This record gives sequence, C-alpha cells and structure tokens, in this order.
Amino acid sequence: MIETLESLSQRILTRFPGAEVLVVPNPAPAAQHSLLLGAGQARAIAEFLRDDGALKLDLCSNVTGVDWPEKVIVETAKSSVSDPAGGPDKVVEVKTERRQPGCLEVVYHLYSVSLKHGPLVIRMRTADRAAGVTLPSLTPVWRAAEFQEREVFDLFGVVFEGHPDLRRILMWDGFKDHPMRKDYVEPEDYEWEPTPHGDLLAKVKLMHPDPAAAASPPAGGAKP
Amino acid sequence: MSALGESPLLPAGGARVRAVNDEFHGDLLEVSMGPHHPSTHGVFRMVATLDGERIVKLKPVFGYLHRNHEKIGESTTYLSSMPYTDRLDYLNSMTNNWAYALAVEKLAGLPVPERAEYLRVILAELSRLQNHICLAGFLLQDTGASGTPLMYAFREREKILGLFESLSGSRMMCNYQRFGGCRVDAPPDWILRARQLVDGFGAFLDEFEELVTGNEIVMARTQGIGVLTAAAAVSAGVTGPMLRAAGVGYDIRKVDGYGLYPRFSFRVPIGAHGDTYDRYMIRILEMRESISILQQALRDIPEGPIMDPKAKIRGFRPKPGEAYGRIEGPKGEIGFYLISDGTPNPYRYRVRPPSFVNLTVLEDLCLGHTIADSVVVLGSIDIVLGEVDR
Repeated sequence: MIETLESLSQRILTRFPGAEVLVVPNPAPAAQHSLLLGAGQARAIAEFLRDDGALKLDLCSNVTGVDWPEKVIVETAKSSVSDPAGGPDKVVEVKTERRQPGCLEVVYHLYSVSLKHGPLVIRMRTADRAAGVTLPSLTPVWRAAEFQEREVFDLFGVVFEGHPDLRRILMWDGFKDHPMRKDYVEPEDYEWEPTPHGDLLAKVKLMHPDPAAAASPPAGGAKP
Repeated sequence: MSALGESPLLPAGGARVRAVNDEFHGDLLEVSMGPHHPSTHGVFRMVATLDGERIVKLKPVFGYLHRNHEKIGESTTYLSSMPYTDRLDYLNSMTNNWAYALAVEKLAGLPVPERAEYLRVILAELSRLQNHICLAGFLLQDTGASGTPLMYAFREREKILGLFESLSGSRMMCNYQRFGGCRVDAPPDWILRARQLVDGFGAFLDEFEELVTGNEIVMARTQGIGVLTAAAAVSAGVTGPMLRAAGVGYDIRKVDGYGLYPRFSFRVPIGAHGDTYDRYMIRILEMRESISILQQALRDIPEGPIMDPKAKIRGFRPKPGEAYGRIEGPKGEIGFYLISDGTPNPYRYRVRPPSFVNLTVLEDLCLGHTIADSVVVLGSIDIVLGEVDR
C-alpha cells in the first residue's frame, strides 16, 4: 500500500465528514489491517476508493462474510473482604457476565490493477444477527461483488440493499436457513420435499380421518 | 404467449438486447442447458432465453456440487483441509495446495526453504501446462473438432500427471504442499524426467498449433465471439488468462512476486481483441512462457531441505489474526482467506475461486450470439464446477 490506513482514514473523514471509519488492527505477521466502514456512507466511500487517483482500487477480488455470534464474556474480579471476627482477609471472587452482541461481518479485499498494489481490506458489520442484517451492496461499485454478495446472502443471511439480483446462489431457492452461520443446525432430512406421494397421503387422510380404524382388519377376519 | 411487455421471460432490466415480437420474430423460448450436458463441463446449467437462435438473456445456475467446503474447513484442523483443497479445482490440485499453504504461511509467518520454493514453482507451472492444454482440447471439442485434438491434449497431460503421481503418489489429488515446505523430496531422476518432458513440450505445442491455430473453422467459430472489454473485465473481477486476453497486463506472479517468480524471466502475453480466439491464444502463449520458467527452474534447483525444520505439522495453532493469500492459478486468482482464533481449527476459512467470479460475465459475453456460441464462450472461460460450487 502507498499510505497507511491511519492517513487514509483521515482522508476519508475529511472527504466525508461524519462517516464512521475505524482501523481494525490485524496481529498476524501478514499485518493486513482493515478499515471498518459504517453502513451509512459505505457506498460513497467505496466509490471514492475506486476513483481516487492515489488508490484506484478497481479490482474487488474477494468478498466474504464472517459470523460473530453473541458471546458471553465472564470477567472475574477479586476483592478482599475483612473478616469481622478478626481473622485474615477473605478473598472474594465476583463474576460478572458481559454480553457481547453478535453481528455478521462482510469483508472485501481490494486491489488495484492499474497501480498494481493492494490489498486494502474493508469490512462492514450488521447491527445484529436477526432483524438488522441489512447492509448496502457494493455491486454497483464493483461488479465483481455480484455473485459473491449473493453467496454471502445465501450462506450467511446478510441482505444487501441495492443488489440487482439478490437470490440464493448455491443452496436451492426453497431453502430456509443460512448454513455458514455458526449456530446452524443441519436438519435431519434436508432433502425432503413435498412429493406427489405426500399429496396422495393427505388425500387418503381426508377420506379416512382415523388411520387406525382404516388400517384395522375387519372383525373376525384374516390372520395377521 | 401474451404481449412481450408482460412476458415473464423478460423482466424489466433483465436483458440488454430487446427482442421484437412481429411476424419475423416469434415468441421467446426458454432453454435450460444442463445440468447434465457434455458441453457444460460438469453439473452446470445455463437458462438461456432465445429469440430464434439468438440469446437475449442467460442466467447461470449452479450449486449442484455444493458441499459447503468452507464449513468443512472450519470444522477440521488447518492441515486436514489440505487434501480437501485438491477437490476444489480438481485439475490443478498443485496450485490449490500452494495457495492454501501460502495463506497459512502468511497467517503464521512461516519461512519456506529454497528448494521447496523451486519445487512449488515447477509443479505450479507443470499444472498450468496440463490445465491449459486440456482447456485447448475441450474448447476444440466444443467447437465441433470432435475427439482428435482432445486426445492429443490428453496424451500430453497424462505424461504430466505421471510426473505428479511419481512424486506425490496421486495423479490428481496430490495433497503435496505443507505449511513451510513440501511433503516429499523429488529424487534426481524425477528432475531429469521433468526436464525431458519440458524439452519435448514445445515441439508438441508446435504440432498442436499447426493443426489448430490457423484452422479456418476454429477461427470462424471463435473470432469476434464473446468479446470482453478491459474495463468490463476489471470491474467484474475477472482474473487470469481471461483478463489478460481482454488486454490487461495483470499477472499475480509479476504483481505480488510470491514464491521465487521474481527470479525467473518470463513475459506476460496480452490479448488485443478480448474474444474467444484471444482467450485460446493467450493460453497457448502462456504455455510457451511456462516452458521457459520450467527450464530455468529445473536448471537452477538447488539441493537442500524441503521443510523448514521448525515447522510444526502436528498441533499447529497459529496466533489469532487473519490473512489473505493468493496466487496466480491457471484459471485466475485463487485465494484463501483465513481467520484464526488461536484454536487448532480456523475460525473462518474462505476460498476465493477464480472460475466462480469469472462466470459473472458469462451473460454479457453470450448476449446476441447463438446458442451454439454460448457453448464455445463457456468453454473459453475455463470453469471447474468443483471450485464454482465448493
């Protein structure tokens, strides 16, 4: 990269006052730090990253999602309480539970074909994992995100606002859940589908409301 | 069918080429090609809307081979994902292995010995040779040159797969790279055999080109078909030979300079028209450059260890962090994005498949052409469904 993420985020802030830009450090040796963008002005910032003369990040190489479920973090605080009977002080452990809200994260790896540098990693986070899963789509900025955002929608359940064709891409259309989420539970028989056989059974039930009576042999009848 | 405006086949903004509904143009016809069709190179489906024989809309449908490779990657250790990466692009397990090993090495900061780097370059370029020659054979099969060119291509590919087998034990599912090196060392006679094969490959390419490149029917079927402009290719994230055929000189071997590629002198061929013929020709030219890289690498390969002695095979736990590593695979940019939380399994394991992203432009390339041309265009994109569907 030509400039550090700190100076880049300063430039973004001067260009878009009030935008939410945060540098997320990456402790791995590769040191690919990333920019966390607020959903509000993300698309305008993305266009700036693509068109800015010093950056020209025209290749959106990789788009993917990460699921961060809600976490309960237990913090233990030790404090000593003096013994009223005059003995040695008692050490009391106080456990406090802190709930870290979960979110879905979308990560974009950007490169520049014309200036041959990169990657710049940008990410966006949803408000939560249930109702507020909407993020702005960056497909209008980089068409490369078209299929990959569909995949994130399919497997993680992030709804991209402004995507031209947001459908499931790997799972089939009638599928309900999002398999890449950490709390996804595989259904017992996920290939079940309503077949003509199932309709037929429903009709049989209509004609014979009590299956036990319908199936029971006639009185004094045949051997089992 | 009702009036065209209400046609369910053409939703607003769906197709750029509008069909006319008068006495010369009949109703639109929706054709579903695949998933079991020999020209779709796997279980892939194209839902094409035709006006006569011309395509006015085309939607790719895939997912038939989806097994949630990424979820499997999250539920096993780093090392046990290595054999699974063979199954992504099952023609090029060597480059898949390398891309994954590279990403993990970036994540954990592992050095790679020089001999292992040389072996990686040699195997990746051999892999590129057999992928491109296969593609050329299949492309000709799609244009109707049934059998012969494909068999010529497969004859050469078998020789390369024989080399892979004698080195790794498997023709296609090589599972050869490790984090910080390679699994087994190449014996001296293997290097000799590889040298012989590489020296003879140029003559084979000459013969192949003499038969095919100037062929009138091949030119008529591929020139001017499926033109991809440079701007559209970059915006759609197209990488690899397809991007270079569109006239963009972007080769990750040159740009990132990963492995030992800065040591070798080679050129990056660039197309002028961006049509299907260019995409064929780029692969032929890239094979010539690969031969040159291979000759340099097989000449210079040093003796030495193939694994970093400090590399940990068992109980491998990278520190928390994330990394994205990518290499220039034969089909384009293959990348792996890994997030570690300090446990033996990756928290997030993502594959960036080149042919999946390259398929984005399939509809654009096919619009206005005949249904027979769509088969050739698809063949020139070079997809492998094991990688598209994951």
